[in-house]
Amino acid sequence: MVDIRIPIGLMFSILGVLITIFGVFTASDSEMYQKSLGVNVNIIMGIIMLIFGLSMLFFARRKKK
Amino acid sequence: MKVDLSWIDYCIMIIYFIFVLGIGWFLRKYMKNANAFLEAGRSIPAWVAGLAFISTNLGALEVMGMCGSGMKYGMLQTHFYWIGAIPAMIFLALFMMPFYYGSKARSVPEFLKLRFDEKTRALNAILFAVMTILASGISMYALAILMEKVLGWDYNLSLWISALIVLGYTYLGGLSSAIYNEVLQFFIIVIGLLPLVFLSLTDVGGWGGLKDGLAPIAQAGGYAPDTWTTTWKYTANITQNPMGVEWFGILFGLGFVLSFGYWCTNFLIVQRAFAAESKIAARRVPLIGALPKMFIPFLIIVPGIIALVLFKDPSKNFVLPLDTSGKPIYDYTIIMLLKQYLPAGVLGLGITALLASFMSGMAGNVSAFNTVWTYDIYQSYIRKRTNNPEADDRHYLNVGRVATVAGVLLSIASAYIASKFGNIMDFLQTIFSMINAPLFAVIFLGMFWKRTTGHAAFTGLLIGFLVALMHHGLTAPVGATTLFKGGWLGHIHTYPVEMAQNFWTAIIAFSVSTVLTVGLSLITQQKKTVAELTGLVYSLTPHEVDKDMPWHKKPAGLAIIVGVICIVLSIIFW
Repeated sequence: MVDIRIPIGLMFSILGVLITIFGVFTASDSEMYQKSLGVNVNIIMGIIMLIFGLSMLFFARRKKK
Repeated sequence: MKVDLSWIDYCIMIIYFIFVLGIGWFLRKYMKNANAFLEAGRSIPAWVAGLAFISTNLGALEVMGMCGSGMKYGMLQTHFYWIGAIPAMIFLALFMMPFYYGSKARSVPEFLKLRFDEKTRALNAILFAVMTILASGISMYALAILMEKVLGWDYNLSLWISALIVLGYTYLGGLSSAIYNEVLQFFIIVIGLLPLVFLSLTDVGGWGGLKDGLAPIAQAGGYAPDTWTTTWKYTANITQNPMGVEWFGILFGLGFVLSFGYWCTNFLIVQRAFAAESKIAARRVPLIGALPKMFIPFLIIVPGIIALVLFKDPSKNFVLPLDTSGKPIYDYTIIMLLKQYLPAGVLGLGITALLASFMSGMAGNVSAFNTVWTYDIYQSYIRKRTNNPEADDRHYLNVGRVATVAGVLLSIASAYIASKFGNIMDFLQTIFSMINAPLFAVIFLGMFWKRTTGHAAFTGLLIGFLVALMHHGLTAPVGATTLFKGGWLGHIHTYPVEMAQNFWTAIIAFSVSTVLTVGLSLITQQKKTVAELTGLVYSLTPHEVDKDMPWHKKPAGLAIIVGVICIVLSIIFW
């Protein structure tokens, strides 16, 4: 019917890119990241989501062939 | 106390909304008949159904409640997972799924009709339909009030928007859409809450630091220093742990009666396995779900435990909103933690995770309600009384669609009733939780004892439920201020905590129901023939032989893997 990995992969890739870019642009804002103990969680989570999203897409593609 | 969201947070939420509705939109063209709409055409792969299986249970009330209970009871709360859910899920997969799936029943009430008789089905179908609507209304109310208090969103607006999105994708794509979205929501919940776990744990100095921080708090409450970080260690006596239960109550009340009742007979959950593409897939579904399920406590209970340390340490500036009597509202723990640690960006992700958990729970309710309504109430009783008792499939597809809309509207209505009379809704929810224990007794006997008769099952179900009700009416937890907590008939026993009362209500209901069903089965006549019972009863059904697959793909092999990991976790956190 539909491979759910494709929408999941797409959504997490898009969110991952968005959050990573947001993280890069706000990296100098140390006051904002005081909450997260000085860690730029946006870049970290953004990259994790991007990797997760792309691997979902990769597995969905591999199955088709 | 308010949390301010920025444009990026709203952006994330909107992208998520687009995807959930998009999945429904994409699936709409497959919804050609009632079977596709209400049963997902029995075509869902095992891993998808497995994740949906636990995701539909991971509703907003579960996430908020488990986190708050983590704060109140500590690691003891993990009993709901490691001794509660997991053994029941293993049992469902190995022993019950072959009969459920093999019976071709489209719902649990329909299984009752096949195994017992029409009246047993009617009783269960009606109670289930009412309970499902109330449950989804209550969780909608909980979510909307949370969003109002913490994010400042308009109560009506967030209630209607979240309900209409769920309606949108379940109306378009039926059960398939609910299930596929539950998988997406599962990943959003995990990834959205993940940064919270790591940041909060780092902040209190890791697991060791958490233990050190909890010791004085536990001692101040009169407990051993490691009470909050252990599970079984202080359950010899009810006074040793904050939950107020001893090992027997946990093992039998929670581990056996409550959990088996919930996981093995609640159609809302079991429906996900019914939708699997084959019998072997259906048998794997609960086991595949059990694998991630075992680790959910680290995602939602552990942050709650950490919140207790933060709450008692003024330098952390962690606040919980107080209710009118000045007690902290534990259910708000999770969102206050999100506020505490997450900056814009991941904060939007965390809030989206809460919305996703709400939607997965509500879509589960709606998709179970429309199936029970269409097949077990409309087709069986309403249509039968018209001039044209056998309508075509197209007709039932439309009935299913209308039931979906009606289900959402009734949920919204019950959410408004809940916002007016919160106590009554809690009370009703407690009452409806009492139907699972007798139901499990009856289905269990029906599956494993061919002598069990329809009259006995019906009586066992009804009387078990009424006895549970009476027990609740005659006992109360200590310090109960309203009769909604119990004692509305009289007062013969006082429980130290509400949890203990719930456990014992379930144990008594289960026992009464079992004894009655067995006794009456012996004196009433079996009306079902052996041919009718084949495939529904253990002793009359050829046993599953799983050949031609590696051991870890066999349900029994998977069950061993799940069981071993669960035991190891229990020993580590003994």
